[in-house]
Amino acid sequence: MLLEINDLHVYYKSYWYTLKVLNGVWLRLDRGERIGVIGESGSGKTTLLKSILKILPQNGMIPRGEIRYDGKDILKLSGNELSKIRRKEIGMIFQDPMAALNPVFKIKDQLYDILKYKMMIEGHNPSSKELYEEASKIFSDVRLPDPDRVLESYPFQLSGGMRQRVMIAMALISAEKLLLADEPTTNLDVTIQDQILKLIHRLVMQKNLSTILVSHALGMVYQMTDRVYVLYAGDIMEEARTRELFSHPKHPYTQLLVASTPRLSSVGVGEGIKGKLPDYRNPPAGCRFAPRCPYVMDKCINTKPGKIQVNREHVVSCYLYD
Amino acid sequence: MQKTSVQELKFIELERKIKRENWRRMWFRFKKSKLSILGLSMILVLLFMAVFADYVAPYPSHAGLHIAFKNAYKPPSLEYILGTDMYGRDVFSRIIFGFRYAFMMIGLVLSLVAPTGVILGLLAGYYRGTVIEAIIVRLSDIFISLPPLVLALSIASILEPNIFNAMMAVSLMWWPWYVKLTYSMTVSLRNEPFILAAESQGASTLHILFKELLPIQLGTILTKVTLDAGWIILIGAAISFVGLGAQPPTPELGTMVSEYSKYLPEYWWMSLGPAAGIILIILAFNLLGDGVRDVFAGE
Amino acid sequence: MSLLLPLRYLSGILKVYYSIVCLWNDTLRLITSRDYKMSQRMEVDGKTALKRLQNYLNNYYFRKIVYSIVTLFGISILIFIIARVLPGDPARLALGPRAPEDVVEQYRKLLRLDQPIYVQYYYWLIDVFHGRFGLSLVTFRDVLTDITEFLPATVELIIFTLIIDIIGAFSLGVLSGRKPNSIIDNSVRIFAYAGIAIPSFVWAIILQLVLANWLDLLPAYGRLSLGIEVKRITGLVTIDSLLSGNLIAFGDAVAHLIIPSLSLAIGCIAQEARILRANLIENVNKDYVLNMYAHGIPGSTIFFKYALKPSMIPTVTIMTLDMASMLGNAFLVELIFNWPGLSRYGITAMLRKDLNAIVGVVLVIGLAYTIASIIIDLVVSYLDPRVRHRR
Repeated sequence: MLLEINDLHVYYKSYWYTLKVLNGVWLRLDRGERIGVIGESGSGKTTLLKSILKILPQNGMIPRGEIRYDGKDILKLSGNELSKIRRKEIGMIFQDPMAALNPVFKIKDQLYDILKYKMMIEGHNPSSKELYEEASKIFSDVRLPDPDRVLESYPFQLSGGMRQRVMIAMALISAEKLLLADEPTTNLDVTIQDQILKLIHRLVMQKNLSTILVSHALGMVYQMTDRVYVLYAGDIMEEARTRELFSHPKHPYTQLLVASTPRLSSVGVGEGIKGKLPDYRNPPAGCRFAPRCPYVMDKCINTKPGKIQVNREHVVSCYLYD
Repeated sequence: MQKTSVQELKFIELERKIKRENWRRMWFRFKKSKLSILGLSMILVLLFMAVFADYVAPYPSHAGLHIAFKNAYKPPSLEYILGTDMYGRDVFSRIIFGFRYAFMMIGLVLSLVAPTGVILGLLAGYYRGTVIEAIIVRLSDIFISLPPLVLALSIASILEPNIFNAMMAVSLMWWPWYVKLTYSMTVSLRNEPFILAAESQGASTLHILFKELLPIQLGTILTKVTLDAGWIILIGAAISFVGLGAQPPTPELGTMVSEYSKYLPEYWWMSLGPAAGIILIILAFNLLGDGVRDVFAGE
Repeated sequence: MSLLLPLRYLSGILKVYYSIVCLWNDTLRLITSRDYKMSQRMEVDGKTALKRLQNYLNNYYFRKIVYSIVTLFGISILIFIIARVLPGDPARLALGPRAPEDVVEQYRKLLRLDQPIYVQYYYWLIDVFHGRFGLSLVTFRDVLTDITEFLPATVELIIFTLIIDIIGAFSLGVLSGRKPNSIIDNSVRIFAYAGIAIPSFVWAIILQLVLANWLDLLPAYGRLSLGIEVKRITGLVTIDSLLSGNLIAFGDAVAHLIIPSLSLAIGCIAQEARILRANLIENVNKDYVLNMYAHGIPGSTIFFKYALKPSMIPTVTIMTLDMASMLGNAFLVELIFNWPGLSRYGITAMLRKDLNAIVGVVLVIGLAYTIASIIIDLVVSYLDPRVRHRR
């Protein structure tokens, strides 16, 4: 077991209210396994990934829960151990590379800093020549031509695809064990989406990385993952092997989600389902999907359903299968 | 026939309800910040004092020329809250009358400047690429290329020094900032689909300017108006302080600070009183302006 | 008739001015539209003199400078118009009600007030191009001579103010942005409200009263104490005293600078610190900062490198406006501290309705403001590559 998340709660506090975003998320990931997390926009997928690295925004807090990575609880780690994991073991591809690359620094500045601190934890203080060589090596891994030009560029001077490749290169530096990919293709042109997808797939296979792929593009998840978690409004609704989940969805939300996606490659998910995500300031007390659920029962409204084992590798959180 | 009119009535009713609802929501958002409520209540209190200065001030006759040398140079006491000046006038009463001039200045300047600037800005933005735009924009650029206070002082210096001309100088200096604001907003809105649609349906220019372009910008303009009020006081007081605005014995706050500062440091209460009055009124408008900005920024 | 006349002058001058602006714009457009294509083609051939010239003309800063100069002349026209069109006789106003009629008449001739306004302006412009701003009524010297005498004191004051402003704003902004809602942050916030609400002439009076009169820490008036003299080399007393090796005079000059500069700087410090704080707090939660955290880069490196630089851009941008208020407030502060600078000269001229001096001072201040805003523009474009590439 590489990663195990139990009962994770994440709140965002602002001056006037608290957004209760994650509501007891659980998840496990074996070594070398690739899992997907699907759900519509705003259901807390990015928050989940950010809390694994403990990089929530300043108003984010984790009142309860544990994130066991390699046997250690990330939330209780000391600064040194945490930065070792961040520098060497877990890498994250952010959703929007334009937003995740600092607009006023050259790619060089950001990439070299990342490389330098990673090498420093290996007890080695690299020279700028070494940094350059290392960077070109990683760029050729992600198929970025002309490393000199890219290194000297600012993010806004690169095309969307190139930015995403830079982003992946950065994530790969740190991801020696686990890669977190947050909707890596949403902000790209359709033609480039496919290239990036293939690139990530190839790299993951090549380096045998454990991966958590977060997406609302079901087609991508279907192609790339072994197991899938369905996240809705901060709750895990269903967990199953990928094929099983797409062919026999159990939870009403998953059923609607899969049905509302005409083709597997389609992007917009969840729009076909009536209603909106709940208000995180004051979320439903029971199942968070209850207000939109076509099969809603009385007990759904008041109490949250637990994990219900449907078969050996299929867990669903719904009273219909109680 | 009957049916449509009922429906129309319902529609009007609904529209009104939405409007009411909007106001309620804005008030709610404003209310959330205690500081902006503080600013608003400070302004209301000051305004009340300014309007009823004759009844609020302990010595209303001390506002103008009043000489009682036996009371001169008295430090703050129960009788004279902020002390008396070199002629024996109650400083506190004079400050209250000073608020009257301050509010007059705000009212006059803003009511002259905001409509003029907004209309010119709308015209310049709407007639982009024509002579109208060129003239308006170049003209306001000339005004903006000088530090505001320097321009106001130099305009005031050419006019007769009195409070009315100080207001004129501030107004002459201020309008280009409204032109700049509305011009840039109008230019960015000019080619929006809803404007083009209105144009293609034959809406008159007046309709487009005032019914389509203006309402969207109203929030920003209103925010600027409240935030500007404090600055107007500041510039007006500065003009009077230098001696190019209101002349003694007019109880204008800037004039008073300047007049009394000659008696520093011995009779410090005389200048600090009116100075505190200026600070209070600027602070109140700044607090209010922050609240108003939050209300419109949330939209 | 008498009412219509000034209107006719006004429209005449506006027409001339407008045609100048149009001509200028057309020329620019002609040059730039051809230039862009040509410069791309010429890149291969190497730089020719023509291309270099066109590049200069097309340069953002060059255009800005030329446009500001045109605008400055606009200002001089503006003041001319206001002075001549408004009721009242400038010569009479300047000399006072008790001056004999023939003297006023003579002065009127001197100012060419008996001729149409555009003729007056024409002669004034010719004079300016010959380095003459006309005679000052206060000093009976050429205005330019006066300006060169009084300018250094103001330059010294403004530079010292800027130093205090930059140090103060950045340290306070960083302190409060580093730990939002801490005690430091809350006290900075209160200070910021005070700094914005209290005009700098009031700060001047308060600081003078408290620091100079009550606590007797610093001198209250002037540039140098009595008995201390520095030979004029650059006109900046601090630099002159250092050049002549007079350390006592240097200390004295700095002591005299502190209160005036502080009262000019406080408002700007408050404004800039507030903006820097808000931007820091916003940027710390941006994905590009979280991305750096995700790679385990130390917090202080992230804060002082990756969060601070983007936050500085709006802070430096606002300094243009602060510079404007600084130059304006200098008029009052120099008056209060009896500072022998250009602004105090300007105030004296304004109180005496000395038209030539007013126009001269206003033009110099306008030029200084333009230069300052161009420098700030340069700093912003140094900090923000997006701006650099747009230009």
